[in-house]
Amino acid sequence: MTLLPFVLLLVGAMLAYAVNHRAAASLRSGGARLHSSPQYHGLFAALTVLTSALLLALVWLALDDVIIDHLIRRSLPPPDGDAASAGAMDLVMAEIHSLARGQTFGTPEPWKQKAADRLTAFRTGSAVALLVSLTCLSIGVLTLRRRRFTPELRARQGSERLTHAVMFACCAVALLTTAGIVAALLFETAKFLQKVPLSEFLFGLNWEPQIPIREDQVAASGAFGWTPVLVGTLVVTVVALVVAVPTGLFAAIYLNEFAHRRFKRVAKPVLEVLAGVPTVVYGFFAILVISPAMRRLGDALGLDVAPNSALAAGLVMGVMLIPFITSFADDALSAVPQALRDGALALGSTRAETMLKVLFPAALPGIVGGVLLAVSRAIGETMIVVMAAGLIARLTLNPLDSVTTVTVQIVTLLIGDTAFDNPKTLAAFALGTMLFLVTLMINILAIRVVQKYRETYD
Amino acid sequence: MTPQLTTLDRVQASLGRRRRKERLLRASGLLAILFAFAMLGALFLSLISTGHSAFVQTHATLEVYVDPDEIREDRLPRGGFDEVLVAALGRALDGVALDERSTRRRVGAILSNGAQFQLRDRVAADPSLIGQTITLTVPVSDPYDQLNKGAIDPDTPEANRRLDDDQIAMFTQLQAAGLISTPLNWGLLVNADSRFPELAGLKGALIGSAWALIVCFLISFPLGIGAAIYLEELAPRNRFSTLIEVNINNLAAVPSVVYGLLALSVFIGWFGLPRSAPLVGGMTLALMTMPTIIIATRAALKAVPASIREAALGLGASRQQVVFGHVLPLAMPGILTGTIIGLAQALGETAPLLLIGMNAFITSAPDGPLSSATALPTQIFIWADSPERGFASRTSAAILVLLGFLITMNAVAVFLRNKLERKW
Repeated sequence: MTLLPFVLLLVGAMLAYAVNHRAAASLRSGGARLHSSPQYHGLFAALTVLTSALLLALVWLALDDVIIDHLIRRSLPPPDGDAASAGAMDLVMAEIHSLARGQTFGTPEPWKQKAADRLTAFRTGSAVALLVSLTCLSIGVLTLRRRRFTPELRARQGSERLTHAVMFACCAVALLTTAGIVAALLFETAKFLQKVPLSEFLFGLNWEPQIPIREDQVAASGAFGWTPVLVGTLVVTVVALVVAVPTGLFAAIYLNEFAHRRFKRVAKPVLEVLAGVPTVVYGFFAILVISPAMRRLGDALGLDVAPNSALAAGLVMGVMLIPFITSFADDALSAVPQALRDGALALGSTRAETMLKVLFPAALPGIVGGVLLAVSRAIGETMIVVMAAGLIARLTLNPLDSVTTVTVQIVTLLIGDTAFDNPKTLAAFALGTMLFLVTLMINILAIRVVQKYRETYD
Repeated sequence: MTPQLTTLDRVQASLGRRRRKERLLRASGLLAILFAFAMLGALFLSLISTGHSAFVQTHATLEVYVDPDEIREDRLPRGGFDEVLVAALGRALDGVALDERSTRRRVGAILSNGAQFQLRDRVAADPSLIGQTITLTVPVSDPYDQLNKGAIDPDTPEANRRLDDDQIAMFTQLQAAGLISTPLNWGLLVNADSRFPELAGLKGALIGSAWALIVCFLISFPLGIGAAIYLEELAPRNRFSTLIEVNINNLAAVPSVVYGLLALSVFIGWFGLPRSAPLVGGMTLALMTMPTIIIATRAALKAVPASIREAALGLGASRQQVVFGHVLPLAMPGILTGTIIGLAQALGETAPLLLIGMNAFITSAPDGPLSSATALPTQIFIWADSPERGFASRTSAAILVLLGFLITMNAVAVFLRNKLERKW
């Protein structure tokens, strides 16, 4: 059903192409001189139909649910007294929606059934109206194009202008994505900050995002101080970097300077496999192998290791980051001009000295940039910590303990059914905003470091 | 008078120490690489060793008398199918009296919960079977499956295992009668998800992932190529195009969970699209894949030598004719390689799909991009969270299936790159 409008607009475009191509071709075979060749006349007509109809269909499909929802809400009898809160209204709407899908639980009240029937009617009406208006629009544009058709028409320029505009719109999607991310995060965070003050969120030392189900419930007003979550994220990130940075750099140095070419040809793709493994697989690996191994090791050493310790999650995350750092460092080392290497070797330094005293410092900006990007990845990495780290926010720096991270909290707060009006779900968006800001700053910093401190040799 | 040390002497004296340093650096490098390899090896070994057993499934073959007293044609598809199966098991087991309800239940628990539905479907399709004896091969339940695969050791103390001595004895009797077989487990691919590990399969997840990837491709491929062509070939060099460029590089580094938040708030919250739908999942993945495709396409366009553009322009072609007639076709292998790699990343992406609810428990395969579904990685996440032993091996098996798809996609990408890409 959703596909039908798109089929219709494709048919319209093809029709437009055929009609104008024919017209142009017959004129040309009649001996007239055309400005553009017939296929451009066809293409121009097809593109005008396609873009205008596509625009209509997308706007329509984006808005019809919102408008129908609004109409249904307005038509409902106003709920009495206190129940008029937005939450109660949402509940009623959800019920009406499931009624419209044909899922009835017991006998619904007649006014709800009526609203559901109206909803179904609106939807069918909207779908039919869309098809009709698409057809009208296509035919309208088509006749217009056909009427405007003259041998002098600059159809090639016209279609190129349209293509140009379409490709520009493609770029705009990338901008819109960023705008959408920022708007969504800020909007929900603003709502969150109406319920929880900013100072409590930033500096509070407790993170207990339960919300009371009843007013008189003991124990739970919820606490939304992100400090322990932040500290947990940092602990896991530091563990990951302690694993990944030395391993990645030594591997890159070996591959770049010492490895036999045949070894390198095998080793690089194998490392890339490590980079291509989905993070959910690493998460399962952590709970299946690494966490139990850590516990056994802890027992043997007489240490108390939590079953979902930051150490296990960080270690696996570190393994995930190794190829990332290796490839960045390898690229940076390879970009150092051969003359520096030759010069150092000619002066009698060993290959290790050449590497550590000449090549490595020269490649340092690129390497630092890569490490910074790895930091931003570690902070934003989700599945490994969701599966292998803890859920309870504890303010500790001990990597053997169980900690939680920003991404874990976002996922656990939002899994399952979520309403948009309680501080619990909104807290996830507030955490998301912080995550976005921090990773954005690190990314920008990384790019800056690479650009600013890159030595230019040529 | 002390002998004068020449430079050569001093160099020679320090040479041993310097060479040691070099060997140390070399050894650390090799060690680092070997550590990475060892981790990769451990990853694959643990997956294969836990997952291989899920590729076969223990089945029991029974002679089932479709008792007309229990199953009446006029009441189909209802009937005492479980009782009929218990009776069939009782005939295969000597010395087990089926008089008591509890014994009947214990015997019935040997077979999977899905066995009675398999029998029901067969009888419902052909009611003439009522009153006849038919041969039926059905999966056994998870504890017996684990016992048959050796995951439950009969030598451990009785209190520490999920099956007591009697139950093991019953199963051994069935084995001795040659009724137990372990064929390849096609159910892993053709069944949808289930609460029971022996019945759970990946069909729903595979179809859900396929829909999401199709949507992702349909959106991100044209948009990505369009944006890349604009930026690389047509855009004027001004502030605006620099802004877009910086923006795309940043988008590529935004954590995936943030895209999930975007989808939850915009696609589901504002546009009112359905939760758990592969359409929404595909749209989210498309936004994430687009920067990858744009960057790969730009690299491929850049690799086409300027002489080709100049030659075409010199013959009077317009800029767009140059791009669409010459540059783009030449860059296509590189673009396709980048797209496949981007789609492979999208296939393994989990976090944003969790946020839009593609981790629901759904026991039927989705019938379109708008119905609720899971995807391969979210299915792995669900199974990894399930306590039953059978799900542990199924998780590994599902991961192996996922990795199989990823390796195939990457192999195709590498093949395309090697076969079609031209070096200038």
